[in-house]
Amino acid sequence: MIKNKSKAYWRENIRYLCILLVVWFLVSFVAGIMLKDVLNDFKLGGFKLGFWFAQQGSMYVFVILIFIYVRLMNKLDKKYGYYK
Amino acid sequence: MVITNNILLVEVLSVQSWTYILVGITFTLYIGIAIWARAGSTKEFYVAGGGVSPLANGMATAADWMSAASFISMAGIISFAGYDGSVYLMGWTGGYVLLALLLAPYLRKFGKFTVPDFIGDRYYSNTARLVGVICALLVSFTYVAGQMRGVGLVFSRFLEVDINTGVIIGMLIVLFYAVLGGMKGITYTQVAQYCILIFAFMVPAIFISIQMTGNPIPQLGFGSELADGSGTFLLDKLDDLSTDLGFAEYTEGTKSLVDVFAITLALMVGTAGLPHVIVRFFTVKRVKDARKSAGIALLLIVILYSTAPAVAAFARTNMIETLSNQPYATVPEWFRKWETTGLITFVDKNNDGLIQYVADKNQNELVVDNDIMVLANPEIAELPNWVIALVAAGALAAALSTAAGLLLVISASVSHDLIKKIVNPKISEKNELVAARLSSVVAVCVAGYFGINPPGFVAATVALAFGLAAASFFPAIILGIFYKRMNKEGAIAGMIVGIVAMLYYMLKYKLGWFDDVLPSKSHWWFGISPEGFGSVAMLLNFIVSITIMKFTPEPPKNVQDIVEQIRIPSGAGEATH
Repeated sequence: MIKNKSKAYWRENIRYLCILLVVWFLVSFVAGIMLKDVLNDFKLGGFKLGFWFAQQGSMYVFVILIFIYVRLMNKLDKKYGYYK
Repeated sequence: MVITNNILLVEVLSVQSWTYILVGITFTLYIGIAIWARAGSTKEFYVAGGGVSPLANGMATAADWMSAASFISMAGIISFAGYDGSVYLMGWTGGYVLLALLLAPYLRKFGKFTVPDFIGDRYYSNTARLVGVICALLVSFTYVAGQMRGVGLVFSRFLEVDINTGVIIGMLIVLFYAVLGGMKGITYTQVAQYCILIFAFMVPAIFISIQMTGNPIPQLGFGSELADGSGTFLLDKLDDLSTDLGFAEYTEGTKSLVDVFAITLALMVGTAGLPHVIVRFFTVKRVKDARKSAGIALLLIVILYSTAPAVAAFARTNMIETLSNQPYATVPEWFRKWETTGLITFVDKNNDGLIQYVADKNQNELVVDNDIMVLANPEIAELPNWVIALVAAGALAAALSTAAGLLLVISASVSHDLIKKIVNPKISEKNELVAARLSSVVAVCVAGYFGINPPGFVAATVALAFGLAAASFFPAIILGIFYKRMNKEGAIAGMIVGIVAMLYYMLKYKLGWFDDVLPSKSHWWFGISPEGFGSVAMLLNFIVSITIMKFTPEPPKNVQDIVEQIRIPSGAGEATH
């Protein structure tokens, strides 16, 4: 029973990790590097968009990702009684 | 009347007097904190007693992480590299996402003192522990030499003392609070150092942003129109200036896509595997605090990191406009000051008395070192003297805080992992604490030696430090947490193959050890530079680890139980031996 509980907790944790890491990969490696030239045709104020992702946007998203993870995990810990 | 006097004083004081005042105040503060936060036990010495609040730990982690390289060099490098400099921005921040999601909470739950501790226990082997110690020492020593050089540089330029004297003063200060206070002293000095360094970085950035674009927020000013009424965006102007002089467009860069990808990944993974960063998460109370403080740390880091590219673009524009095609006879005062340090050199190749600054190496007459862009920026922008001095104090805070964190990793690796866990397990707590203090004294001296006699390969070794961390610790820790079946045979083989591959590639393609001449870019494997090779070495580690594991026995039951345990946040005991 306890074993099942910890397994279920771990599965949900892994699911969160995968989703958040996909976003992590998209904003940096995809938007900031691989698709940079395509995105550079669009502008955000004085920034070319790909350049902006590489030097600004990706970092903002990184911070948000960690705080989302903190929230998700605190909720998950409560759900499984691991929060104290 | 008094007020008028003060205002006069502010205007009259020279940069040098201001620097003495600000550096004096900050150093006194660090020493005061060290005396207040003395360490009485090994637990206080290694992990600050394990009760640091998430906010304090976040600030300390940010200061620990942001070194002389982040504060002094990074904006300068971006300034000259343009888009290519993005690898540092994404690499050195993206690593925290990995750290917060994949490492910090579990290592905190595991609850030991050092990274080799985890490697040794999880892989039930002192061989693994020893490999961990060697990696930790290699990574930390290469890194700390650069910090000491940064300290010497600031002292020599702003206080006009000899570089060596500067290094020795820096050594004494770090020695004092690292030896006395251990992690506890370091944590609280780092909190103070974060405040100083971020203030020192932001003030000139805001000033310059207002000057150039009228927008007080550098992150926005960077994408705004110039304040000269031309209606041109700053970055468009910079692209034009760059191409006029024969450089690549600032926002485009010259590195290949695959190399930018590899370097960014290597820096991210290396960041997540650096022992002096990981160990900070052992100092908080609970698993949820470890997650939260990783978030706070990154937020505080991104304040500087998102400003740095703005500073880079402002400084580049300013420099080109101030110097390009201007007569050498009338250059501003800061130019001559930095010339004496050898960080700016001008050779009038065509004897026309003008400064030709162009991409073509045969015609270019001006060489500006990366490191001075941040340090000289307030002078270039003609900001008040106290702002210039503030930058010096901030640069020192950045270099000292990182040096102290690294020295702690070195001393803990020696006294805890080597002496206590391998050589003499019966050592008493009191003697272990003595050993910890002695090894930090030795470490400071070695670091100081490298600061005074910088090995020619310092620049190469910083990339090497990240490469090694990426190639060794990161896969071993990740597999240790997420793959219960991973055993000691796989992990040890993986770490060794990773490190050897990284060292080989760096020595061959960065330092040219195995050939008569340094092999050119066209010989790089898959077009990946030595800086980016950490990604390949990391993959090699993963592949070797998993392959060897398949043919060797699974880990003992009690180790598998440990893995089950660290995956669950509750019941995280305080750090124990």
